[in-house]
Amino acid sequence: MNEQQQTLWDFMRQQSDKLGMQTLQHIGLTFISLFIAVLIGLPLGIFITRRKKFSGAVLGVAGVLQTIPSIALLGFMIPVLGIGAKPAIAALLLYALLPIIRNTYTGIVGVDANVKEAAMAMGMSKWQVLTKVELPLAMPVIFAGIRTATVITVGVATLASYIAAGGLGEFIFGGISLNNTNMILAGAIPAALLAILFDFLLSRLQKLNIRKLKAAAAAAPVLLVVLSLFYFIPSAYGSKLEAGFTPEFMGRQDGNLGLQKKYGLKIRTVVISDAVMYKAAYEKQLDVISGYSTDGRLKAYNLVVLDDDKAIFPPYYAAPIVREDALKKFPGLEQTLNLLSGKINDSIMTALNYRTDYLHQSPERVAKDFLVSKKLWKPARNGNGGIVRIGSKIFGEQYILASIYSMLIQGYTEFDVATKTGLGGTKIVFDALTNNQVDFYPEYTGTGLLAILKPSAKTIDSLTHSKDATYDYVQKEFQKQYNIKWLKPIGFNNAYALMMRKKQAKDLNIKTISDLKRYLESK
Amino acid sequence: MIKVEHLSKHFGGLKAVDSISFDVKEHENMILLGTSGCGKTTTLKMINRLIEPTHGKIFIDGKNILDQPPEILRRGIGYVLQNNGLFPHYTVAENIAIVPQLLKWDNKRTENRVSELLEKLHLTTDYLTAYPNELSGGQQQRIGLARALVADPAVLLMDEPFGALDNVTRSKIHAEFKALDELKRKTIIMVTHDVQEAFELGDRICLMDKGKIVQAGTPAELLFNPKNDFVRGFLKEQRLQLEFKTVKIRDIWRWLAPQSAPQPPPVGGGAILYSDIDLWSGLERFKFTSAETINVTNKEDDVVKAVGFEQLMSAFNQYKQQQAQ
Repeated sequence: MNEQQQTLWDFMRQQSDKLGMQTLQHIGLTFISLFIAVLIGLPLGIFITRRKKFSGAVLGVAGVLQTIPSIALLGFMIPVLGIGAKPAIAALLLYALLPIIRNTYTGIVGVDANVKEAAMAMGMSKWQVLTKVELPLAMPVIFAGIRTATVITVGVATLASYIAAGGLGEFIFGGISLNNTNMILAGAIPAALLAILFDFLLSRLQKLNIRKLKAAAAAAPVLLVVLSLFYFIPSAYGSKLEAGFTPEFMGRQDGNLGLQKKYGLKIRTVVISDAVMYKAAYEKQLDVISGYSTDGRLKAYNLVVLDDDKAIFPPYYAAPIVREDALKKFPGLEQTLNLLSGKINDSIMTALNYRTDYLHQSPERVAKDFLVSKKLWKPARNGNGGIVRIGSKIFGEQYILASIYSMLIQGYTEFDVATKTGLGGTKIVFDALTNNQVDFYPEYTGTGLLAILKPSAKTIDSLTHSKDATYDYVQKEFQKQYNIKWLKPIGFNNAYALMMRKKQAKDLNIKTISDLKRYLESK
Repeated sequence: MIKVEHLSKHFGGLKAVDSISFDVKEHENMILLGTSGCGKTTTLKMINRLIEPTHGKIFIDGKNILDQPPEILRRGIGYVLQNNGLFPHYTVAENIAIVPQLLKWDNKRTENRVSELLEKLHLTTDYLTAYPNELSGGQQQRIGLARALVADPAVLLMDEPFGALDNVTRSKIHAEFKALDELKRKTIIMVTHDVQEAFELGDRICLMDKGKIVQAGTPAELLFNPKNDFVRGFLKEQRLQLEFKTVKIRDIWRWLAPQSAPQPPPVGGGAILYSDIDLWSGLERFKFTSAETINVTNKEDDVVKAVGFEQLMSAFNQYKQQQAQ
């Protein structure tokens, strides 16, 4: 809230530790990749000057690699190399390869044929011709290639934070998720400065005369190794378990900040994108992750939610919210919707989500199976008492709920239904409700509180420890402000949660976040 | 010294060099002459194995050149390129010292040899730390020559060594080339397309066309006993000048009437003229003197003859008629 007033400078000073760490990681990532890319690219470039028939294939493959979108390339790396530094370095070095191979090739091929012939005719061996004539004369062109590769790598390295490799991308993508401009800039500006700085330094190197360039070429590998080591400075401190949190979770009061403040949890943490986090936990590359408590992947990957015993994660209990005038217009609607109340707990919702998200079954089929199992299903009456419009947000759980409600209405009332699913985020679907575009949709108490009502921090603090207090507050305020009614909660709580692999949690006897903290602190 | 036997080089279906054979005697300067694409450069490069022959053998000093590794062979053969091929990232001193370095000479020996050569090529030691691009074309070519000569190889291969120079610089370097004593101890094979240069510098000339040797012989043989129309045609344009430059006064000595009374004091204080200069130079003398005749001394018997311009010309014509028989 007061983020808007906070200046970028304040933010950077406040986060200077993190900023320094991320910058070091960024430099380290860049130069490890670059170092390996030079180790591979230079010999490969030399090789294709000797065996020209391979030059087309090698340059072609390197060119194709260059065109793969960076996120996709990082994604391809995960099945092979997992998450963290290894896949990030592999992806970055693939990007750096093309300019290095191409410039090595062009540089050497471009050496005056007369000079090469003279070198051979003087009685130099092939190796001597390469090291004494071709490489020194091609060096400015090769340096230009390394320079291009460096700038590309500094840029692409921001994406490394998607797969838990750190770097300035943590701020950039955290800032985007949290809509925090200062955070974005705190990552983006240093990244841009790094690119400019390295480009400038390498351009100076390129302009050196050939004699000094010899020394520079000798110093370069040493410098590369030293800069590469930067990556390892921040990760020097370790802990028994490793956590992976989304950029958004990292920056939220009801996320990592709360974990540190209220629980005093100290765990080695990497930032990782939601898309790969669950799988990484399953593959034992991470031990603790942040997620949503009803996510289908919990079941798919055999994870267990740790109990939030100090209640730092606000409750996100789901309930249908309906405009008052719609309740009047469709008598019996409220009773019908309340049929679902208390019927779906966390594990049932997780199982349903698992079927749509992971087994790719249709929401309608999942909804019907569920209703049949609960003996709530009735065939549609095909009544014509008017059309109830159901809204939903754009993710699986909401599609399932919308299908269930639509079947209930058709089975229990004379009304017909129209579903308007996939209405983007909270703001879009809520606007649709208040503007009489839909009649109701399933909402979460936490979202109602934090995203729609946005009361003062003090009010939030006083409410979020209890699910009932939160529900009562949003019910009252929605009625007052928007004339919208919160019906009875469905039962499950789709909140932030820390989760671990079931087996590991059981082996270590960790059930709550406090257990986790105790385990981490025990020797 | 160098013996080439049935040497061929085929590039695909093209016979760049087609079964040629020739000998080069020790300390001889053999010219491979011909138009572009006649195979002369390919022939030259096969001698230091920059190009490997398809068929045929080459012997240097009786040894087959294929018997030693190419690098070792090349360190014993000097090589001068048309565009000098100096290393742009080496100083003049370093450029000249390439072969000594490969041969692992000690620094003192290399240094001495480098400065000795610079002196012989009329370059001051100031140039040692300069880079090739700071030198003129003529200077660069001299450094290229120094580089080839530094390890005192017995054989020197030259690929159009003066081709990239302007006429003035070229004739200056030609003069130096002829005067350089180091070169007199070398067996040289030089490639050129310039007929004048071939006749001026060559002891013998191989005239090549389409991968074959059309005629091999001394300049006089080519001029006065051309084997066929190709040879005649090739030399036609500059024929008169070539003849004057090829024929020495010694060659026409017998047709010069003995003069009982040589002009006593050489007017204008001109230097003594010996009979081993070519006719062209002899005739040029008349440009600088008002005298009717000049004195020529035959080196072998110290006989002095006073000859006039017309006399020289008529003796030359008689010589030609005799050659043609």
